[in-house]
Amino acid sequence: MLDIDLSMVNWARAQFALTAMYHWIFVPLTLGLSFLCAFFETIYVRTGNREWRNITKFWMTLFGINFAIGVATGIILEFEFGTNWSNYSWIVGDIFGAPLAIEGIFAFFLEATFFAVMFFGWNRVSKKFHLFSTWMVAVGSNLSAVWILVANAWMQHPVGMAFNPEKARFEMESFFDVVFNPVAVSKFTHTSSSGFVMASLFVLTVSCWFLLKGRHIQMAKKSIVVASVFGLLASIFVFVTGDEAAYEVAQKQPMKLAAIEGHYKGETSAGIVAAGILRPGKQPGDGQDPFIVKIKIPFMLSLLANRSFTAFVPGVDDLVYGNEEQGIESTASKIAKGKKAVNDLALFKQARKENNNTQAQIALEKFRKNQEYMGYGYLNNPEEAVPPVAIPYYAFHVMVVLGTLFPVLFAAFLFFIFKDSLLKQKWLLPIGLISALLGLFAQQSGWIVAEVGRQPWAINGLLPVKMSATNLSASNVQITFFMFLGLFTLLLIAEITIMLKQISIGPKEEN
Amino acid sequence: MFSSLDYVTLQQLWWFICSIVGALFLFLTFVQGGQTLLWQVAKTDLEKSLVVTSLGRKWEMPFTTLVLFGGALFASFPKFYATSFGGAYWVWILILFSFIIQAVSYHYRKKPNNFLGAGVYELFLFINGSVGILLIGAAVGTFYTGSNFTLDMYNRVTWDYTLLGINLRGLEAAFSLFNLSLGIFLVFNARVLGSLYLLNSIDLTSTPDLESRLRKNTLQNFLIALPFLLYVVVSILFMKGFGVDDAGVVSLVSSKYLSTLLALPHFLILLLAGIILVLYGVLATSFQGSNKGIWFSGLGTVFVGLVVLCLPAFNNSAFYPSKLDLQSSLTIYNASSSMYTLTTMTYVAIGIPFVLAYVVYVWFLMDSKKLTKDEVINEESY
Ligand code: HDD
Ligand code: HEM
Ligand code: HEM
Repeated sequence: MLDIDLSMVNWARAQFALTAMYHWIFVPLTLGLSFLCAFFETIYVRTGNREWRNITKFWMTLFGINFAIGVATGIILEFEFGTNWSNYSWIVGDIFGAPLAIEGIFAFFLEATFFAVMFFGWNRVSKKFHLFSTWMVAVGSNLSAVWILVANAWMQHPVGMAFNPEKARFEMESFFDVVFNPVAVSKFTHTSSSGFVMASLFVLTVSCWFLLKGRHIQMAKKSIVVASVFGLLASIFVFVTGDEAAYEVAQKQPMKLAAIEGHYKGETSAGIVAAGILRPGKQPGDGQDPFIVKIKIPFMLSLLANRSFTAFVPGVDDLVYGNEEQGIESTASKIAKGKKAVNDLALFKQARKENNNTQAQIALEKFRKNQEYMGYGYLNNPEEAVPPVAIPYYAFHVMVVLGTLFPVLFAAFLFFIFKDSLLKQKWLLPIGLISALLGLFAQQSGWIVAEVGRQPWAINGLLPVKMSATNLSASNVQITFFMFLGLFTLLLIAEITIMLKQISIGPKEEN
Repeated sequence: MFSSLDYVTLQQLWWFICSIVGALFLFLTFVQGGQTLLWQVAKTDLEKSLVVTSLGRKWEMPFTTLVLFGGALFASFPKFYATSFGGAYWVWILILFSFIIQAVSYHYRKKPNNFLGAGVYELFLFINGSVGILLIGAAVGTFYTGSNFTLDMYNRVTWDYTLLGINLRGLEAAFSLFNLSLGIFLVFNARVLGSLYLLNSIDLTSTPDLESRLRKNTLQNFLIALPFLLYVVVSILFMKGFGVDDAGVVSLVSSKYLSTLLALPHFLILLLAGIILVLYGVLATSFQGSNKGIWFSGLGTVFVGLVVLCLPAFNNSAFYPSKLDLQSSLTIYNASSSMYTLTTMTYVAIGIPFVLAYVVYVWFLMDSKKLTKDEVINEESY
C-alpha cells in the first residue's frame, strides 16, 4: 500500500470543497433563471407586449453574467476527479465516467449551442425559434443537473456494479440501476427545484431593490408575480422532496442521518430535535447528552426516517459499537473483516503476478467472503467512520428553517401584490431584498449536509476518501488551492460588481 | 445490436470516437487563434468589437468540446484519465486555468464596472490562445515521446521527474523539442484558422484594413507553422515507437509509426489529404481572395488531428507510454472500461450525430448573415 499523506488528502478535500462551493454559487441561479427567462419570453411572444421583451432581456443579461462564471468554475470540477482523485477515477471510473460523458454530449452542447442564439439571435432567427432556444437552454441546464447528480448519488449509494479483483476496480453491471438509483431521483428533484427557488429569490431581491428605490415599478411588480408563483410552487416541492431526501438518507446512509440529527443513542419512537446546541467535545460512546439545550418533538424522527411512529432509528453509538438487539454490526467487526479482504486481495494479486493459479484461486475465494467490507479495511479505528457531526447538524437545521420560511415568503409576496398593497409593506420589502442571500445559505448548507455527512467515504461504505486521492505532495495541492481561491475570488468580485452595475442600469423602458 | 461487437472492436471504436472529438477540438481552436490575433489585426475599437463579437458567438464550442473530450476519455479509458490527469498534474491544471479565465472574458470585457478592466480580459484571451494551446500540444506530444510515471499493482500512479529537487509533474513535457514543436504548430495553426474564420464571418466591406490584415496574417502564420509541422511529421516517420507484442510486452520499435502508416494506409491518405486541404485553404485565401478557406483548412486540421491522435494507439502501440517503466505504459486495451460500459456508451453514442446535426443547423442559421458594423454598434455585442 502507498503511504498516504493525510495532509495532502485534506488539502485536496479543501480544494474540492472550495471549487464545488464556488460552482454552486452560480449553478442554482442558472437552473432557475433559465426557466424564468423562458417564462418571461413566452409571455412576450404570447402577448406581443414589448415591455415583456424588455423584462426578458434584462433578466437574460443577468443570466449571462452568472452563466459565464458558472461555466468557468465548472470545467475545473470535471477534471479535478482526474487531477486530485486519480485513484478514485481509476477504481470507479468504469461507472462514474459514464454520466459525466453523457452530461457533456447531451446537456452541455444543448446549453452552449442555444445560449448563443438566446443572446445574439434576436434579429437573426424567428421569434418562435428564439423562444425555442431559450427553452432549450433551460432544459440543457437542468439535464446537466440530472447527470451530475446521477454521478453524485452513486457516490452516496453505489448500485449496479461489482468488484473485479483481476483489475482491482469496480465495474458497471447495470446502467439503468445507476440512472434510476432512488437516491439519484430524490437528489435531482430536490436539487433542481431548490435551484428554481434560488432564482425566484434572486428575482425578488432585485425587484425589491427597484421598489425600494422607486424605479421600474411596473417591471418589478410583473417580475415579482412570475417569480412568486414559480417560487411558491417550487418551494413546496423542495419541502416535499427534502423529506424524501432525508428518508433516503435514513435508509441508505444511517450514519449521515445520525449526524445531521445529532442522534447518538438509538431508540424506538425517536423524537426529532427541532433546535438545539450541541455539546462541544462530545465523543461517540462517552455517554454524555449530545445537547446542551434542545427542543424535541416526539416521534418525528422515527416518522421521518422510517415512515412509522415507532420504528427504531440507530444513533452514532449503535452504528459504531454495534447493537445486537437490533442486529447492527459494530464497525470494529467490519474493520476486521475488511482488513482480511484487503490482505486476501493483495495475496491474490501477488499470486497472479507469480503465475501461481492455485494460490490465486484460494486467495480469491477467501477474499470473496469479506469483499463487501473491503473499504472498512482501510479505516484505522471505528471512530473514524463518524463524520464531523456538528457541521452537517447545523447545516441541516439552517436549511430546514429556511426551507420552511421560503414558501411563506413567496405566499406573502403574492398576497400583497394581488391586494395591490405591496409597496406599503415596509417590513416585507427588506426581507425580499436579502432573500437571495438566504437562498444561497440554504443552498450551500444543503451540499455541506450531503458531502460532509458522507465522510469518511468517497463511495459510501466502499472507498474512503483517503484512498481516493492522487499520489501528490501536499505542497502541490496547497499551491493549487490558493490559486483557485485567488482566481475565483477575483472573478466573483468582478461578477458582483458587473451584476450590480447592470441592475442599477435597469431594464429598458418603453415610452 | 452493439452487444455482438467484441471487446477489441469496442476499444478501438472508442479510441476513434475520442480522437474525433479531439480532432474537432483542434478545428474549433480557431477561437483561441483568433483571440491571439486581436492586437495584430484589430486596430480600432470597432474592429476589436467585430473580432471579439464574432469569436464570442463561438467561444463555447471549443470549451464544451474540451469538456466532452475529458468526459469521453473518463468513461472509456479511465486508467488514462487517472494516470494522465493525476500524473501530469501541472500541465493539466495550467491548461484548465487558461480555460477558466477565457470563460468569463467575453462576457465581462466590455461591461461597465468590470473590476479588472478590458485590457486584463483581453490578456486572459491571449493567454488562453497561446499558453493553453501550446500546453495541449505538448500534452498530446507525450503520446509519442512518453511520460515519467510508473503504476503499481493497484494502478496507482507515481510520477518521477525532478528538476532542482522539484517534481515537475508533467511540465517537463515542454522540454522535448518534439512536444514543443507540436504545441507551437497548434498555436500558429489556430491563428491561421482564426484569420480564416474571421474573414468568413464578418462583413468586411466597411473595414478593408481589417480584411487585408487578416489575409496577411493567414499566410504569415502559416509560414511560421509549416516548419514545425514538417518537423513533427518527419520525426513521427523516423522515431522509435512504443510497440506492444502479443504477450503485451512493451518495447521500443524503430520506425514504429511509419510502419503503422504503411500498415493502415487510410491514415496515410488522411494525413496527406489533411495537409493539402490546410494548404489549399491558406493559398485560396491569400492569393485568390476567397473567404471560404476556413472550411478547407478546418477540415484539413480535423484530418491531421485524427491521424496524430490515432497513430500512437493503433497497430499494437502504447498510446500513453512510460519512459520510466515501459511495462507501465497504457494501451487502449489495458486502459479501457469494461466491455459492459463500452457497449452501453456505444448505445449512448447513437445520440452524437443528432447533437452534431443541431449544432451545425444552428451554426448555419446564425451565420447565414455576416456580422456587420451596425449590429456591433446597435445590438448585443462583446
Ligand atoms: C433552496 C435550497 C434548499 C432548501 C430550502 C432545502 N434544501 Fe435540502 N438540499 C438542497 C437545497 C435546499 C441542495 C443544495 O439542493 C441539496 C444538497 C445535495 C442535494 O442533493 O441537494 C440538499 C440536500 C438535502 C439533504 C441531503 C441529501 C443527501 O445527503 O444525499 C436532505 C436530507 C435535505 N436536503 C432535506 C431538506 C429538507 C427536509 C428541507 C426542508 C424544507 C430542505 N432540504 C430544504
Ligand atoms: C456543486 C455542489 C457541491 C458542493 C457545494 C459540494 C461540496 C463539497 C464539500 C463541502 C466537500 C468536502 C467534504 C469534506 O471533505 O469534508 C466535497 C467533497 C467532495 N465532493 Fe462534493 N459538493 C458538490 C457536488 C458534488 C458532486 C456533484 C460530486 C460528484 C459528482 C461531488 C464529489 C465530491 C468529491 C469527489 C469530494 C472529495 C472527496 C470528499 O471529501 O468526499 N461533489 N464536496
Ligand atoms: C449538483 C451539482 C452540479 C450541478 C447541478 C451542475 C450543473 C451545471 C450547470 C447548470 C452548468 C452550466 C453553467 C452554469 O453554471 O451556468 C454547469 C457547468 C459545468 N459543470 Fe456543473 N454542476 C454541478 C457540479 C459539477 C461537478 C461536480 C462537476 C464535475 C464533474 C461539474 C462540471 C461542470 C462543467 C465542466 C461545466 C462547464 C460546462 C460547459 O462547457 O458548459 N459540475 N454545471
